[in-house]
Amino acid sequence: MLQILDVDGHVVNEEQLPKLSHEELRAMMRKMVFTRIWDQRAIKLTRQGRLGFYAPVAGQEASMIGSEAATLKEDFLLPSYRDVPQAVWHGWPMYQAFLYSRGHVHGGQMPEGVNVLMPQIIIGAQIVQAAGVALAFKLRRENRVAITYIGDGGTSQGDFYEGINFAGAYQAPAVFIIQNNQFAISVPVHLQTAAETLAQKAAAAGIPSERVDGMDVLAVYSATKRAVERARAGEGPTLIESMTFRFGPHTMSGDDPTRYRSKELEEAWQKRDPLVRFRSYLEGQNLWSQADEEAVIEEAKTAVNEALAKADAQPKMTVPELIDAMFEQLPDDLRAQRAEFVK
Amino acid sequence: MAQMTMIQAVTSALDNELARDSNVLLFGEDVGQSGGVFRATDGLQKKYGDQRVFDTPLAESGIAGLATGLALQGFRPIAEIQFFGFVFEAMDEIAGQAARMRFRSGGRYTSPIVYRAPFGGGVKTPEMHADSLEGLLMQTPGLKVVIPSNPYDAKGLLISAIRDNDPVFFLEHMKLYRSMRVEVPEEAYTLPLGKAAVVRPGKDLTVIAYGAMVHTALKAADQWSKQKGVEAEIIDLRTISPIDIETIVESIKKTHRAVVLQEAQRTAGAGAEIVAQINEHAIYHLEGPVKRITAPDTIYPFAQIEEEWLPSTERVLTGFEAALAL
Repeated sequence: MLQILDVDGHVVNEEQLPKLSHEELRAMMRKMVFTRIWDQRAIKLTRQGRLGFYAPVAGQEASMIGSEAATLKEDFLLPSYRDVPQAVWHGWPMYQAFLYSRGHVHGGQMPEGVNVLMPQIIIGAQIVQAAGVALAFKLRRENRVAITYIGDGGTSQGDFYEGINFAGAYQAPAVFIIQNNQFAISVPVHLQTAAETLAQKAAAAGIPSERVDGMDVLAVYSATKRAVERARAGEGPTLIESMTFRFGPHTMSGDDPTRYRSKELEEAWQKRDPLVRFRSYLEGQNLWSQADEEAVIEEAKTAVNEALAKADAQPKMTVPELIDAMFEQLPDDLRAQRAEFVK
Repeated sequence: MAQMTMIQAVTSALDNELARDSNVLLFGEDVGQSGGVFRATDGLQKKYGDQRVFDTPLAESGIAGLATGLALQGFRPIAEIQFFGFVFEAMDEIAGQAARMRFRSGGRYTSPIVYRAPFGGGVKTPEMHADSLEGLLMQTPGLKVVIPSNPYDAKGLLISAIRDNDPVFFLEHMKLYRSMRVEVPEEAYTLPLGKAAVVRPGKDLTVIAYGAMVHTALKAADQWSKQKGVEAEIIDLRTISPIDIETIVESIKKTHRAVVLQEAQRTAGAGAEIVAQINEHAIYHLEGPVKRITAPDTIYPFAQIEEEWLPSTERVLTGFEAALAL
């Protein structure tokens, strides 16, 4: 398993240490802190009924932000439902993510130049689609990469294998990231599969894979960067297994992790908190201070409030708008059904 | 103009559209080198290269998902599901993904995909090859479903489906692939989706059918005319989603009686939907209840008893008689 920083933020793998500028390192920290604060706020907003569906992300920031940071803006990102941070850092306006969580049609209208698909609910569907997106880049000889995410449970889906296998067969430029947060809702990985690692599933598709410490943002960045560069160089897809943990529940819809996770296990993973580790590293380099931290916290709070206000200002969508979005040209019968909803 | 079978008409349509639009891609199991298990794609890989016409790994969800992904980047995929019975494997990517893409993205992403699949009974296939599952697809908002009954329609409808900016499921009845040869232009032409055709005029009974059952209906109607002098008007739906209710209502205004004929099992399919729409739009023009002539609500009985299971000319005629007597 690739690790660059240990839990105390000491470099343990000098050779793999990515060559990032001070600004790039600080930007990753900023995004991680921002995402943690945004997550806390989103949990509160969901409890108040002000957001729709929400899947908490705390604990997975290194996996999410380290991998997204290794892509270029023109690379196409296919997130699963928990991967809203990557989608937003890749360009999806936060207020649209909020609207999407409420089921508003404007939520998924990605602005021109934003290469992101809406978060996927069906486990594994994004994996086969990523193979298609990647094949499109290869056929067009565009120097772009498709990057997609799945959880540990998702690797049991047929679509997971079909997608990595298609990408392998076509040597398409795709990067598949498994965020192994140890539990598929409540089912632990050892009940999910007899495979020793999820990374080894790549062997069945004949593609390379790598397992990384998903609480170490530099390890995730480094492995993803390598995979993205391989893909861009025409060397085909890669599977990455990022070992991580969600500190919170599966979603805000009634999941209680104490029913399936021990306190000891949760505490053990809390000690590997990706923010603590990276902060220690940056502080040791004099690249991060308490003042920086506080500034980001304020920035995040303001940004979330502004996004929420912008989402709230959007008129509620209507059933006729929904009907209009089904086809380019409405069939007569649907036009008649639409009329029933127009006052 | 050339004489073509339906399979040749399909190939001709694919050929025209591959030539016309470089975004059109054609793929599926065995469609490349081999030219498809029915030869629908014969010669097309050679003509357009293996970047445009290619084989896929053997996985239907993968094929449909590949289509969704390629469409996200502006391609117009034509994905072959080798036999319609295998569509269960791909239903999420079709119904759960492609058909919802336009709404989910507020129109930013679309799915201009054609799924082609052979289906239909009477050719002694193994299990899960012949089933008429089109009713499943009619329950999918955002998806159109087209079923041609002859080579000329097959070509014009397939070209329209390929040029449509929404997903279309195009079903090709295996019994019709080589059962007739008609004049089909070599060049491209389109027939509108969602528009039925009156293929036999008559004043006494409206018969609504699609696919191979159009021919069974025609045979029964000719016998009926000869034996009893009763004239059935036959409507070939051509598109079963959306349904062209206007053409049906116009016919019922004249005949005042109707039957729906389908090869599929009875419950909740095309026939049920047609009867419901007739109820909504034409009930006061009817002199009797609309009868359904269908297969029974069972799984498709592969091979041995399929001829008895499928609506036969005889059973259809009995149904016509019954509808007139009701």
